[in-house]
Amino acid sequence: MSGPQEMPIATNGDVVLVRQKVRSVAAEIGLSLVDQTKIVTAASELARNVLVHAGGGRVEVEKVSTGLRPGLRLVFSDEGPGISDIAQAMTDGFTTGGGLGLGLSGSRRLVDEFDLVSAPGEGTRITVTKWSR
Amino acid sequence: MERVPILKLGDILIVSIQIDLDDQSVLTLQEDLADTVVSRGARGVIIDITAVEIVDSFIGRMLSTIAAMTRMLDAETVVVGMRPAVAITLVELGLSLGGVRTALNLEKGVVMLEHARSAEG
Ligand SMILES: Nc1ncnc2c1ncn2[C@@H]1O[C@H](COP(=O)(O)OP(=O)(O)OP(=O)(O)O)[C@@H](O)[C@H]1O
Ligand SMILES: [Mg+2]
Repeated sequence: MSGPQEMPIATNGDVVLVRQKVRSVAAEIGLSLVDQTKIVTAASELARNVLVHAGGGRVEVEKVSTGLRPGLRLVFSDEGPGISDIAQAMTDGFTTGGGLGLGLSGSRRLVDEFDLVSAPGEGTRITVTKWSR
Repeated sequence: MERVPILKLGDILIVSIQIDLDDQSVLTLQEDLADTVVSRGARGVIIDITAVEIVDSFIGRMLSTIAAMTRMLDAETVVVGMRPAVAITLVELGLSLGGVRTALNLEKGVVMLEHARSAEG
């Protein structure tokens, strides 16, 4: 199995490239069409957040496996301002940027595993995983 | 940046999104459409998303904005061709697309606009 593949997130065009990469790997490991759509949508939200709220960063795209089931793991990381109140940021409708405030909370519902590590001044790292069923 | 063509059929504008749009192109489409509704005196807009693989919060917001904006310009918008996987994902994401009329395909979208028109008399 190939190791993680890193992609920059520095422009609107990069967000499109991330979506396309996630789509192709999700298809490759045999995720259903609905699950492919969910993980690509989550990736789009999280990549945009990196660009808009942190001024840029990167994502690592990795195929993972439990032995039986293949999965797709995405790690979004940035050195932006970080998130001071994570519970609040994860609430439906909470935004500091005039968005809909659905990116974080919605993405969590679209994946199987969601992990967010962040502190003010220390950037943000979000890991999401989708398993094939 | 990619520009999405806007086609005119009678007094209906048809926009068929065939490429994965970056956020800037989405905003440009929104503005182009508002201008074209006014300059062509269009009464209806159909946005065909048959080829669109995902609708995230940004595209979702565009659809709501276009619907509200065209209504203010005296035109109705119908979104057609949403894929089932996209609909499932949108609901789970938490986007309701309030105020956006939808039809299953282009033909039904045209019929919907004609009905809206004749109801107005
Ligand atoms: N990578 C990040 N770095 C810093 N802050 C972030 C990051 N991602 C999210 N946030 C914070 O969490 C809030 C909620 O994010 P979320 O994606 O849910 O909503 P949003 O981006 O404001 O709106 P949208 O619905 O358009 O995505 C943001 O407004 C922002 O304050
Ligand atoms: Mg967001």
